[in-house]
Amino acid sequence: MALKYELQEVEVWDGNYAASHALRQAQVDVVAAYPITPSTPVVENYGQFVADGYVDGEFVMVESEHAAMSGCVGAAASGGRVATATSSQGFALMVEVLYQASGMRLPIVLNLVNRALASPLNVRGDHSDMYLGRDAGWIMLDSFNAQETYDLNLCAFRIGEHRDVRLPVMVNQDGFITSHTAQNVRPLSDEDAYKFVGVYEPIDELLDFAKPVTYGAQTEEDWHFEHKARQHKALIDSRPVIENIFVEFEKLTGRKYNRVESYMMEDAEVAIVALGSTVESARVVAKYLRDNEGIKAGIVAPRVIRPFPFDAIRTALENCKAIGAMDRSAPGGALGMLFNEVSAAVYTTSSRPIVTNYIYGLGGRDLTLEQIKDIYRELKKNADAGEITTKIQQFVGLRGPKLEFFETRRG
Amino acid sequence: MVEIRWHSRAGQGAVTGAKGLGDVVSTTGKQVQAFALYGSAKRGAAMQAFNRIDDEQIITHEKFMLPDFVLVIDPALVFTDNITLNDKATTKYIITTHLSKDELISQLPELQNKKDRVFVVDCMQISLETIGRAIPNTPMLGAFVKVSGMFELDYFLDRMKKVLSKFPQKIIDSNMQAITRAYNEVK
Repeated sequence: MALKYELQEVEVWDGNYAASHALRQAQVDVVAAYPITPSTPVVENYGQFVADGYVDGEFVMVESEHAAMSGCVGAAASGGRVATATSSQGFALMVEVLYQASGMRLPIVLNLVNRALASPLNVRGDHSDMYLGRDAGWIMLDSFNAQETYDLNLCAFRIGEHRDVRLPVMVNQDGFITSHTAQNVRPLSDEDAYKFVGVYEPIDELLDFAKPVTYGAQTEEDWHFEHKARQHKALIDSRPVIENIFVEFEKLTGRKYNRVESYMMEDAEVAIVALGSTVESARVVAKYLRDNEGIKAGIVAPRVIRPFPFDAIRTALENCKAIGAMDRSAPGGALGMLFNEVSAAVYTTSSRPIVTNYIYGLGGRDLTLEQIKDIYRELKKNADAGEITTKIQQFVGLRGPKLEFFETRRG
Repeated sequence: MVEIRWHSRAGQGAVTGAKGLGDVVSTTGKQVQAFALYGSAKRGAAMQAFNRIDDEQIITHEKFMLPDFVLVIDPALVFTDNITLNDKATTKYIITTHLSKDELISQLPELQNKKDRVFVVDCMQISLETIGRAIPNTPMLGAFVKVSGMFELDYFLDRMKKVLSKFPQKIIDSNMQAITRAYNEVK
């Protein structure tokens, strides 16, 4: 029987340590992991918990991230609660198996501590790995600070394991900015956390010999399409389940999560759409601009990146005039993902706000509050002019001459 | 909001110091943030750690800051790091050095008009004599408690004991001595 861990009402934890404690409290059966910066402490701390008797489950050290996710798939198919963590190159190596996990409908929880992808080699935070995983069929949650990393990990087990969902779930946090920044975190007691997550109920487990099942079957043009369509439907249909679990979590903790988070949007004229810790920094700036420059600024942030909250994003943004979609990932010859997905959503409203794209923070480049102020001021100009007054895609915080692309042909 | 920048070498315990300070401050009901600029830094390489302290939840995540306190825990970094970067007219400096304050300032032109805001303490010597190793982070906390006036020494020592509770009693005791000595010796 696992030992109980004494926790203070307020702990000072970084995002990695918060994730480790959430995994411990969920009493995961199998963690198969291969450490990589900046996610290493998630499994390092967890391994310590196992060694010290705080966990009954198994910690499996493997030879690569491909093997880590393969181990998770095997353990989950066998009927266990399963989790792991990775970042960047490790995540890239996992990609093949990510699709297997979601296709087999295995509710694995993966902590993805966001980091840039090489080359050039870089260990710091951006969202390249998060974006790499967005078509893998996983539910993707995004935390903006360490408290949220902890909370969303507990929710992730509930969501993924729900009988109507049965899908793997990623919990994203910003490498270093969240993962290595210690802040006040209010954890649940071990009892309350476990009670919330609940006892794992396996479905179609391989180790149930009374009821043999097959995982990883082959389907060609006869059935593959139907399987993939059902997987997509399961993702889209997970929306109300996610919302209900967030409501339950609020009842327990007072902390409310939504598929799309909106801040100061009631009367906002201009809005930034962003992910990760940038959402919080933008809140500081929006408040400043409201108080000092009369700019009605707001923030909209997908808490759930997949299933993409097409409906909720549209509701959150349809009453503002100009939107800056901020992508922290090299766009690789296109507009940024948030720009493309947000634009598509608001295009189906009658108001059709103006959307522009800002690329920032690659490889951990600092995004300062001053830079965010400038973005809002540009958005305000767009809102006043009723058209895009800048290039559509701009790079922020880049050395050298300004890099920007595409002009509007609207208006 | 109070903002603190630590100048250190990787391995001297600035991150642990910043987190320890955060732990103690959080027990007063305040909100804290502790982070570092490192990454693939090697032991001995210059690095910086940071604290933010506020009454409200801290939601700014920029690395840029205008520090209220600059804590230098390696004696050579005052000559190689830009310790006055982004400082304010009120920024206070606590520098570990074996030199007297006048000797130090005479070698650092950038501190000459900030004399009344510069404090010196020999964290290296104190940690060698108390802890037995050159770990200047805990003595610096003692000096910070004195200069900032943020806590009573006894309160800080009591809370720090809890933060260090996983360590053997001997280590806890020597750290308490180091904090107390630096508190008394900082000038």
